[in-house]
Amino acid sequence: MKHPILLSAAVLLSTMASAGTTVYQHARVVTGTGSPLNDGSVLIVDGRIRAIAAQVTAPLGATVIDLKGHWITPTLFGGIGSMGVVEISGEHSTNDSSLNLGNVRPEFDPALAFNPDSEPVEIARVEGVGFALLAPEPGKHTNGGNVIDGLADVVTLDGQAPRPPSALVVEMGHEGAELAGDNRAAAYLLLADAFEEARHPPRPGEPRRLTDAGRSTLQQVLAGRLPVLFKADRAADIRAVLQFAAKQKIHVIIGGGAEAWRVAKDLAAAQVPVVIDPLEALPADFDRLATTLENAARLERAGVTVAFSLRSSSPHEARKLRQAAGNAVAHGMSWDKAFAAVTQVPASIFAASSGLGTLTVGDKAHLAIWSGDPLEVTSQVEQLWLNGEPRSLTTRQTALRDRYLEKLRQGNAR
Amino acid sequence: MPSNRVLVGRIGLLIATLFSTLIAHAAPPPDPYPSTYVATPAAPVLIQGATVLTGTGDRLENTDILLKDGLIAAIGAHLTAPDGAVVVDARGRTVTPGIIDIHSHLGVYPSPAVSSMQDGNEATAPVTANVWAEHSIWPNDPGFQKALEGGVTSLEILPGSANLIGGRGVVLKNVAAVTYQAMKFPGAPHGLKMACGENPKRVYGGHNQAPSTRMGNVAGYRAQWIEAKDYLRDWNDYEAKIRAGGKDAETAKPPKRDLRLDTLAGALKGDIAVQMHCYRADEMATMIDMSKEFGFRIATFHHATEAYKIANRLADNGICAAMWADWWGFKMESFDGIQENIALVDAAPNGCAIVHSDSEEGIQRLNQEAGKALSRGRAMGLEIAPERAVRWITLNPARALGIGDRTGSIEVGKMADVVIWNREPFSSYALAEQVYIDGVLQFDRAHPNDAPRSDFLLGQPATRGEAP
Repeated sequence: MKHPILLSAAVLLSTMASAGTTVYQHARVVTGTGSPLNDGSVLIVDGRIRAIAAQVTAPLGATVIDLKGHWITPTLFGGIGSMGVVEISGEHSTNDSSLNLGNVRPEFDPALAFNPDSEPVEIARVEGVGFALLAPEPGKHTNGGNVIDGLADVVTLDGQAPRPPSALVVEMGHEGAELAGDNRAAAYLLLADAFEEARHPPRPGEPRRLTDAGRSTLQQVLAGRLPVLFKADRAADIRAVLQFAAKQKIHVIIGGGAEAWRVAKDLAAAQVPVVIDPLEALPADFDRLATTLENAARLERAGVTVAFSLRSSSPHEARKLRQAAGNAVAHGMSWDKAFAAVTQVPASIFAASSGLGTLTVGDKAHLAIWSGDPLEVTSQVEQLWLNGEPRSLTTRQTALRDRYLEKLRQGNAR
Repeated sequence: MPSNRVLVGRIGLLIATLFSTLIAHAAPPPDPYPSTYVATPAAPVLIQGATVLTGTGDRLENTDILLKDGLIAAIGAHLTAPDGAVVVDARGRTVTPGIIDIHSHLGVYPSPAVSSMQDGNEATAPVTANVWAEHSIWPNDPGFQKALEGGVTSLEILPGSANLIGGRGVVLKNVAAVTYQAMKFPGAPHGLKMACGENPKRVYGGHNQAPSTRMGNVAGYRAQWIEAKDYLRDWNDYEAKIRAGGKDAETAKPPKRDLRLDTLAGALKGDIAVQMHCYRADEMATMIDMSKEFGFRIATFHHATEAYKIANRLADNGICAAMWADWWGFKMESFDGIQENIALVDAAPNGCAIVHSDSEEGIQRLNQEAGKALSRGRAMGLEIAPERAVRWITLNPARALGIGDRTGSIEVGKMADVVIWNREPFSSYALAEQVYIDGVLQFDRAHPNDAPRSDFLLGQPATRGEAP
C-alpha cells in the first residue's frame, strides 16, 4: 500500500508537480469566490480541481505537498495589450500590434496573429499570468476617420488558440481625435454613422463604409452580444461615452479611465466597468489632468467594477500588473478588490473561459503557487498549473541566468 | 541654521561673477549657471527608535538619528533632543538614506508630455556635447513631487539617447523651485551623456546620415575624442605659458573656446562623469577599450541589460551599471534582459549595481524595483540582505555621480537626506512617510492635502480631493 509522498515547499522550487492526484496542504488559498482560506487544501485529480477546503483527505497514492503557508491563487490577468503578437516592440517585423489599412474594419480580429510560442508569452506565464486581452492598438493616424481598432480576444498563456472576440475596441479622447479628422467629437459622429449603417444596411449602389462582415460585427454590438471597450480618460469624454452608449443601447467598458474617479457615481449607476492602470499618478496629457494614485480606491468606494491593465500594451510588461495591483492597495483599495481586478473581474467582463480568474471545484486547474502574497513585489511563482497541466518554470531567461551565474561563480563573467 | 550653506552659495556666485567679468580670457570658467540652492533653515529633527539601513551595508535596530543644520549630526541610542528639536517617533519604521536616481528625464520630458515640451533630445546632430540638459528643465514638472513622495532626494537629469554624445547632465536636489538653479546640487559634477547601439544609428541612419551602423557609432565617438585631446592640449599649453609669466604670458593667445570641446575636455580631465547608455555586453566592452584609448573614465553604464554577462569586467574596471529590475524586449538590444541582472552585477567582487528609473513612473518606486531585484537574487541562491540592497538606490548612485562623499548614506557629517518608511521599503506596500532633504521636511504623508508644488497643478481638479 502506497503512502502519500511528503514533500516540503523548498523541494518544490525545483520540482514540478505531475498530473495524477495532487493535494496541496497548509496553503493560503485565494479562490476569488469567497473568503481566502488561511490554512487550506486543494485537491487536483487528473488536472481538475476536485476539492478546496480547510481539510482534504488525501486519496491513496496522492502526491501530498505541504506548502507551509505559501499561497495558491488563480492565474492572473496580463492586461489589455499585444500579448502574443509582439516579440520585440521596436522590430517592425515582429510587431503585429496594430492594423494600418486606413479603412474601417470593425471585424478585424487579431487572433490569427497570436503566437502561443512567443517569448513574452512564456515570460509572462512563469510570472503567474494565465490570460490577457489581446486588443489591437490604434492604427496610424489618418484623416479617413477610423476610430475602431478592431476586436479583442481573451488569450490564454497555455498554448491554446484565442477565444472568440470579447469586445470591440474604440479610441476616444485625443487619440480618437487624431483618427477622426482631428476632433474628438467627430469620433461619436463616425461611430453613429457606422451603427446606423449596421442597423440599416445600404441597398446596392448606396454608399457604404463597412463590409458585410463589419456590419455583422456592429450588429452583434447592437444586439448586446459584444461590448465596446471605449478607451477614454477625461471625465468629460467618459460622460459622453456613457451618453452615447445609452442612446445606442450598447454595453460598454471604459479602458484608460484616468479621470474615472470624477465620474464614479455615473459609472456605478450605469454599471459600466472600468479598466485602469493604478500606477498612474501624473497628468501625462491634457486628457489626464486629474490623474491620481487614489483612482482605484475611489472607484471602489463608489461601487464601480474595476479591472486593472497597465497603460502600456507591451506584453513584456504584463508580469508587472500584480505590482500595480499591490500599489492600488497601498493607496487605499481593499486587497480583495485589487486582487479581483487582476483575476475575477477581467475574466468576467471579457468572458474568459471557466477556470480563469477564480478557483472553482470542477474546473481545470489554472493556478499559481506563490512564495507569498502575489501582489507583493518580492513574491515569486513556485509552481504553475495551466489548463489542467503542471507547467515548467524554465525559460530562455532562466537559461541565460544559469549560464552567467556559473560564469560569475568562476570569476569569468567578462 | 545652515548659515554656512548660505555663505558657500554666495561665495560661489561671487567667484562665478569674477571669472566671467575679470578673467574672461582664461580657461573655461567654473559653472556659469551656478547652484542657488540653499536649504531652508529648519529646526533640528530627532528621529527616534527606527530600524536604519545606513546605505553603507549596516542595519541598526532601535536607533536615533539627529538631523541638525542640514547634516546628520548624530546616530545612536537614546540621543538627547536639542532645544527646539522636532521629535519623530519612528518605532516600527525603517529609515534609509534619501533615494538617488542616476537616470531621469524629469523636467526635460515633463508631464504633460505635450509636443511643446519635448526638450530632452537635441536630435539635430549626432554629437551635441555642447548642450546642457539643465537648460531644458521645466521645474514645474509634477513628476518631481511624485518622485519625492517615493523618497527621491537627489536625481540626475540627463539628455536623451538619440545622439552619440548627447550633452551634459545635471544633478538636482529634489526641492521645489522656480528655477533649476535653485534645485542644482551644489558642487556636484556634471555628467556627460553618451549612447551606444540602436538609438543613434536609428535616428541618424534613418535620415541617411552617419552613423547608420554600430561601427559608425564608434568612429563617431573616436573622432570627437581626438579633437577633444587636441583642444585640451592647446588649453594646457596656453595655461602653462600664463603660469610661466614673462614674455610668453604676454604674447600667449587663448585657444578659441568651443562648448562641445569644453564638455569633452572636462570628461578627459575627470571633472565630468561619463554616463553611458549601453545595453549589450559586447558594446560595453568596446566602450571600455575606447575609454582606455583616450584616457577617460566611464562612471556608469546605463540600462546595461547585459551587464550580468560581464559583471567581473565591469567591477574590475570600477564601472557601475545602472539597471532596471525587469525591463526587457522593447528592442533587440534589450532582448537578453533578465531580472537577475542587478543581483548578478552586485555579486561580482567590487561590483557596483544601481537601480535606475529612466521613467517618470519608475522613479516613484525605486524601492520596489530594488525589491524585485533583491528577491530575484535570493531565488537564485544569493544571500542579499536589505541593508546591502539599499545601496543600489542610495550610496552606489551617489558615488557614480561624484556626490558619494556628501550624500547617499546615513553617516555623521553627511547631508541630512533621509526617508522614513512605513515598513521595510522593498515592498509593494511600502510608502515613504517623511522625506527630508538637508534636514528639511520636504514631504509628509500625514499632510497629503498640502498645495501641490507644481504651479501647473495648482487649482486643478486632481488636487481638490474626491468629488462629493
